[in-house]
Amino acid sequence: MDLIEKAEQLLQSGDVKAVLGFEAGTGGTRRPAFARRPGQARRLVFDDACVQNLASYVTRKETRRLGKVAVAARPGALRALLQLMAERQIQEQDVLPLAVDAAGQVAELPTAQAIEEHLALEPGPVSARDRELLDRLGKLSRAERWAFWQGELGRCVKCYACRNSCPMCYCEHCTMDCNRPQWVPVPSHALGNLEYHMVRAMHLAGRCVQCGDCGRACPVGIPIHLLTFNAEETVHAQFGQRAGASAKLDYALSTFRPDDKETFIR
Amino acid sequence: MTDTFEPKITAFVCNWCTYAGADLTGTSRIKYPSNVRVLRLPCTGRIDFMLLAKAFARGSDGIIISGCHPNDCHYTSGNYHARRRWMVYRNLMDFMGIDTSRITFSWVSAAEGAKWAELVNEVTEGIRAMGPYTEYQELAHAGVE
Repeated sequence: MDLIEKAEQLLQSGDVKAVLGFEAGTGGTRRPAFARRPGQARRLVFDDACVQNLASYVTRKETRRLGKVAVAARPGALRALLQLMAERQIQEQDVLPLAVDAAGQVAELPTAQAIEEHLALEPGPVSARDRELLDRLGKLSRAERWAFWQGELGRCVKCYACRNSCPMCYCEHCTMDCNRPQWVPVPSHALGNLEYHMVRAMHLAGRCVQCGDCGRACPVGIPIHLLTFNAEETVHAQFGQRAGASAKLDYALSTFRPDDKETFIR
Repeated sequence: MTDTFEPKITAFVCNWCTYAGADLTGTSRIKYPSNVRVLRLPCTGRIDFMLLAKAFARGSDGIIISGCHPNDCHYTSGNYHARRRWMVYRNLMDFMGIDTSRITFSWVSAAEGAKWAELVNEVTEGIRAMGPYTEYQELAHAGVE
């Protein structure tokens, strides 16, 4: 069954109140769309241009008010949904993830276990291109990395698209919007930009599901997803867990093992 | 006056171990450089990573972070949590090109007055050799004519 038929069926039976997917935007782009009545399901499309992580819509107030929603989800969104369950932001019965395969056939993943099993068949979260970028940056000298990031972050206009696109950035009161104390300077200024991206990466360390949507959302094309990827890779290497792997995952930085191994504390 | 560079070092220490340890250094009449500014916090677990960034931005050339040895935390697990955070944060800073050799992490207990003096001596000498951290400090004035 393809996505449109599945959406019509789900909406007709009342199993879900809305189907969250994509529709055609301008100039061949795809944009998120909610189908709330069976007749609206015909608008839905699902192809390679549908890259946005729709899980970031699931925690919004407007979506919660609708009731249960079905979500056309790629692996990144599935990991995000599992992580949201682990962080107790949504419950299993709040969403119905729909996995669409290459042939356009839809599979329902009604439980966290079903999502985990589906994800086990998928390749790892970090693409070969990002892996290569991470390796290349890691091999540079510290001064070269500093120059690289100063050049990249110098272009940041602090539009917060990275934050808003992130399914894990669901806090109602973000540190960035807090002005007592004003932790990070508001204008897009060298120091403020560095601090903003530092804060973003640290607040996502151990929680980033590595969907890469922040990097895609960036209007000036800064590879900012590499920062959260780096934090996530450290968490994986040191603490042996990956965000989005399971709906029952302790937050890596709010737990500990007495024998955590580091090499730098004297 | 000489124009030799005197490093400014900010030390974030926990109230229960390192602060008491630094007290012991004083009462034991052990001398250590006055380049260090000690900031007392309840626990290493309270040391937010942004405090480090702010210290550099406001002119620190080096940072010391010190607290209770593992298993000795006054709040049972604050230092364990802090240790995990530093493991991630230190890697991230290095990835962003921030000079992590300017940040020294250590465990100094309330009985280790001598270790504290030794630590401050070493760090001060190290930072003096490295010179001021202008690279980071200049960010605060970047773009301001």
